[in-house]
Amino acid sequence: MSQRQSMLPGFGLSLGVTVLAISLLVMIPLLALVTRSAELGLGGIWQTLADRRVMAAFRVSFSTAFAAALLNLFMGLVVAWVLVRYPLPCKRLWDSLIDLPFALPTAVAGIVLTTLYAPNGWLGRWFAEFGLQVAFTPLGITIALIFIGLPFVVRTVEPILQDLDRQQEEASTSLGASRWQTFRRVLLPPLVPALLTGFSLAFARGLGEYGSVIFIAGNMPMKSEIVPLLIVTKLEQYNYPGATVIALASLVVAFVMLLVVNGLQQWTRKRTGRE
Amino acid sequence: MNTTISIASRPAPRHPDAGSVPWVRYGLSALALAILGLFLILPLVAVLAEAFREGWQAYLDAITDRYTRHAMLLTLITALICVPLNTLFGIAAAWCIARFQFPGRSLLTTLIDLPFSVSPVIAGLVFILIFGSQGWFGGWFTTHGFPVIFALPGIVLATLFVTLPFVARELIPLMQAQGAEQEEASIMLGASAWRMFWTITLPRIKWGLLYGVILCNARAMGEFGAVSVVSGHIRGATNTLPLHVEILYNEYQFSAAFAVATLLAGLAIVTLVLKSIIEWRQQRQWENASP
Repeated sequence: MSQRQSMLPGFGLSLGVTVLAISLLVMIPLLALVTRSAELGLGGIWQTLADRRVMAAFRVSFSTAFAAALLNLFMGLVVAWVLVRYPLPCKRLWDSLIDLPFALPTAVAGIVLTTLYAPNGWLGRWFAEFGLQVAFTPLGITIALIFIGLPFVVRTVEPILQDLDRQQEEASTSLGASRWQTFRRVLLPPLVPALLTGFSLAFARGLGEYGSVIFIAGNMPMKSEIVPLLIVTKLEQYNYPGATVIALASLVVAFVMLLVVNGLQQWTRKRTGRE
Repeated sequence: MNTTISIASRPAPRHPDAGSVPWVRYGLSALALAILGLFLILPLVAVLAEAFREGWQAYLDAITDRYTRHAMLLTLITALICVPLNTLFGIAAAWCIARFQFPGRSLLTTLIDLPFSVSPVIAGLVFILIFGSQGWFGGWFTTHGFPVIFALPGIVLATLFVTLPFVARELIPLMQAQGAEQEEASIMLGASAWRMFWTITLPRIKWGLLYGVILCNARAMGEFGAVSVVSGHIRGATNTLPLHVEILYNEYQFSAAFAVATLLAGLAIVTLVLKSIIEWRQQRQWENASP
């Protein structure tokens, strides 16, 4: 295989360009993050992270990103299901619109969601009648993260739904299973890896998201301050070591998350494969 | 291969679940439309409504304002530098990863995707650590009259970082699926590397390439977090369009902020339309290719 491929030209050039760009743009910068944090020593790192405001920011970021990803799991599945399975007017249009949160600059999403959910906004007014404030609370952060994360779940589930073998479903129905039983026993298992992937992508994006959140968050320390904002705040105070350590910690957390979910996914695949 | 063909040739008008319980079907459809309406349509409508709240004249004033024009120019310049560079990077990365076997190949693929899982704020921060006033090389660049942070180079670097994966990740799976046979044939028949690229490789990847370029461009023009950290928000100097939206909004000039936001929302819509057209063309190509 490799013998046959080696007749093609340009290996050295293309690999050189790729490695150079990755080193200059990604590896060296991220290395700077690690060495700058290491300069502080374990004690310094611990001191920065154990700060109450930092812990609170991590708590806010985690809980809102988790809640948003969980809601997106259900809403994304419903949207993908309807787009793949049911007749719908202007389906093509709806399907291309799914990617809007990827294409819309986050600052625009931020200001428009804030305006909609502010206490006097189109939707915020309606929530206010029930005594619920959305904008400038963690609930508002969750709304922004739902907007940002929805396409991740829809786009990972959609292709799997399209490829599902209809015969198994028909067999299950003709053997007397109810719609719900068919859904739970036949349809859901193959979807689980895709759902987990969509969930983890939405969750990871939610942890790092900045532009769409800062307008709607209210940014009150201890209450509605997210980790990325705290990093920016530390930078603006010229507290570079503080910003660096928090950034490194959130990066490590995000990678551990992705690793865990990757492992989980392989495990589900194996399990459903065996059954 | 199998899956792609089955997606492409899926019979569109026949709805297999049309026989299922009607209330489930209508209920779920209504729920899905409500979700899409609430989270996708309503924000778009609201951007327009807020932008024209004070009338056409105010809208025109806001988008032809001196600072807005400068922000537009800076956004265009940034995209004009970053998109071609990342396009070249994407082609190079896809060529070596999809066409050759070498140790560390999967690691390289992972590294290319890395910028997607890094918070944009961190993407900006790392360049401050290197080129900022307290950074590794910051002092040297500044004293030699070439400031990076709070200047165009910093904005370009941060944008390059966040848009790095777009072209590569479209091209790698595409070129892997296509295989190397045609390119090998052209080389065996004596074509030069250059000729092979222009007559075989490029025509076969052009739609995937365009797809990646469009997404890369949308992100380059719309990036907020990473650019915000390195730009310094100097009006008329280092202010890109998304940053200008933020400044106007924070100054309570809501209509003006939304007026500028319509430009970016328009960019997003154009991106989605082009993306759909390319997807549609690709699907047709698959259908024509499969008997």
